[in-house]
Amino acid sequence: MIAAEWLKFRTVRGWVVAVVIALAAVAFLGLTDSQHGSCDVSACTPLLGPGGEPVTDNFYLVGSAATGNGAVTARVSALTSGVRTPRTGNQRVTVPWAKAGIILKASLGQGSAYVAIMVTGTHGVRMQDDFTADIAGPPLKAAWMRLVRSGSTVTGYASADGTAWTKVGTVTLPGFPATVRAGMFVTSPQYTQTSLGVAAVSGEASQSAAAFDDVSMSWPATSLTGTDVGGPSTGPAAGPVAGFTRDGGHYTIAGSGDIAPATDGPSGSGVTLAQTLVGTFLALIILVVIGAMFVTAEYRRGLIRVTFAACPNHGRVLAAKACVTGGTAFAAGLAGAAVAVPLGLRVLRDNGVYLAPVPMLTQIRVIVGTAAVLALCTVLAVAIGLIARRGIAAVTAVIALVVLPYLLAVTTPVIPLDVANWLMRLTPAAAFAVQQTVIQYSQVDEVYAPAYGYWPLPAWGGFAVLLAWTAVALVLATILLNRRDA
Amino acid sequence: MKRALKAEWSKTWTDPGTIWLLAGLVVATLAVSAVTIAATRCPASGCGEDPSKVSLAGIYLGQVITAVLGVLAIGTEYSTGMIRVSLTAVPQRLELLAAKTLVLAGPALLASTLAVGACRLAAWLVLPGHGFTAAHGFELGSAGQWDASFRTVLYLVLITTLSLGVTAVVRDTAVSIGVVLGLLFLFPVLASAIRDQALQRHLEQISPLFAGQDTQATTGLSSLPLSPWPALGVVALWAAGALILGALALHLRDA
Repeated sequence: MIAAEWLKFRTVRGWVVAVVIALAAVAFLGLTDSQHGSCDVSACTPLLGPGGEPVTDNFYLVGSAATGNGAVTARVSALTSGVRTPRTGNQRVTVPWAKAGIILKASLGQGSAYVAIMVTGTHGVRMQDDFTADIAGPPLKAAWMRLVRSGSTVTGYASADGTAWTKVGTVTLPGFPATVRAGMFVTSPQYTQTSLGVAAVSGEASQSAAAFDDVSMSWPATSLTGTDVGGPSTGPAAGPVAGFTRDGGHYTIAGSGDIAPATDGPSGSGVTLAQTLVGTFLALIILVVIGAMFVTAEYRRGLIRVTFAACPNHGRVLAAKACVTGGTAFAAGLAGAAVAVPLGLRVLRDNGVYLAPVPMLTQIRVIVGTAAVLALCTVLAVAIGLIARRGIAAVTAVIALVVLPYLLAVTTPVIPLDVANWLMRLTPAAAFAVQQTVIQYSQVDEVYAPAYGYWPLPAWGGFAVLLAWTAVALVLATILLNRRDA
Repeated sequence: MKRALKAEWSKTWTDPGTIWLLAGLVVATLAVSAVTIAATRCPASGCGEDPSKVSLAGIYLGQVITAVLGVLAIGTEYSTGMIRVSLTAVPQRLELLAAKTLVLAGPALLASTLAVGACRLAAWLVLPGHGFTAAHGFELGSAGQWDASFRTVLYLVLITTLSLGVTAVVRDTAVSIGVVLGLLFLFPVLASAIRDQALQRHLEQISPLFAGQDTQATTGLSSLPLSPWPALGVVALWAAGALILGALALHLRDA
């Protein structure tokens, strides 16, 4: 059965040529761009955290060296944030992830291991370590906090009154050095304001100041010194001044920056791995047209009656057609993507374009996922072609369901962000989440929009949406095939 | 020519699909526009959006249906073999194509006007309540908006004629709609992946879909890749090019 359908497929020279064009489109269309980055290869090395992920590590630290086991306690009584704009001058704002608290950090170098407990602008007390881990504590705006180190284990406590303590969490940091820096810190991330769609996003560097008192360290007391970790920020976002003042047991510390995983939003480089796979869309349209013609051409020429005479089980005919077209599309997509992804990464790096590191497993997921999306879209076209018995209906439906929502959500600033996110949850275009290589973090405020490569569903979830659409179309096609005469 | 027009007219209206497509054009365009209008807010700090483009977001889907309309007008004749009968009745092939274009343009113009009008009405009713007020510098129903509406109607009609021309060359309906929708949708996807500013701008200038977007604009005209009227000219060039190719193909080839 499959052999017969395969024979029908490969003997039409136009279709074979078209599949080869589709393969080449996936492989090379995304590479034709002569894009060049503004930095050469050495300057483009991103700051990496202990886990190898790109991070931001800028904050103001007031502390001293601390060797061995011990504890550090401090109270944050107030945390205020502001932005400075050329237009309005200094302006008091609420920065949800402004951070003030106590920290144990492996070294003063950026990207080194750390564990910290802090009060935040609006997210209460948090205990975070090594950039990606985040534990929620009691929802306090001002709190006493304590970190207790025992070997490589650090436990965090928080208290509203300084007497009744709540344990927030315990983390283990393998390889945490014996001597670390212990102290108080303040940092304040980019202040992001989304008013509408993606078009109206404004971000400014913010500055936060916190009042600390009741400071105690169990290590032999040396004088506390201030360090602007990461150095004063430069460039267009520079401005907020970092530093500290001491008045007896009271400290006022000001800082700007963030201790968090780096994300890639409107202020980012805007380059994602998916852009090297832009040829997927040309391939998709070609393969969908072939898939639709593969069934509707038989109806037009009456060949379908011969096919059904040879195999009276209509469901099996559908299955064989789906296997042949879907399999061909998968093979073409796999071959194309397997060329485009490694080559694209290389070309981007050689051209000095910054791209967050993509782990090998993610690359494989992108390659296989792209091939699978092409295969399922082709099968969807076959199923709709059998339902409608007209090629134009199948092609129009699949393009309107897959390409159009992608276009609206990703490249059109007119569509509001929440509508874009719903499009990417409900339509088969959700499956393009398999090409997502950036990671969303709940502890970083960012405009997580499809336009910047952030999909509302995880890769497997988006793929499941397309799978569901295809399954429904196949079931409907089977029912109609068994009911209708050819 | 009069006879050819009359023949095309009765062929168009005796196909029940035509009326469904025209109705679908209005409904689909309004549906997408209505969702966009309902979800768009203009905060007190200032709007980043052009209310004209917001209210016409449905054109993205509407143009798909106008393209189908154009493809079916001549494509079904090829798939059924009717084209040979048509050419026997009207042996002057250019006359046949001209008659088809004119007969197609009429209903397309009517349905497009209804679709754009419905979107404008929805915007006029809802957008002022969402912050798009005169205080923010938005006058719904201004002369600029009337112009933009007029251009958008013409854009939809031009997409229909473009599809007709492409189909006269390609002949197969499935392939034709693939070519037309590819022409419309691949430019923006490609442009979004390109960092080279100059190349991106050129792509935005020659892309029929981007040009269509520019025809809807009423604010921020200086930052557009093309001014609204020249943008409509770009779409007209695409449509004229396709029609000329279609006429040549029809003239030179056997049916």
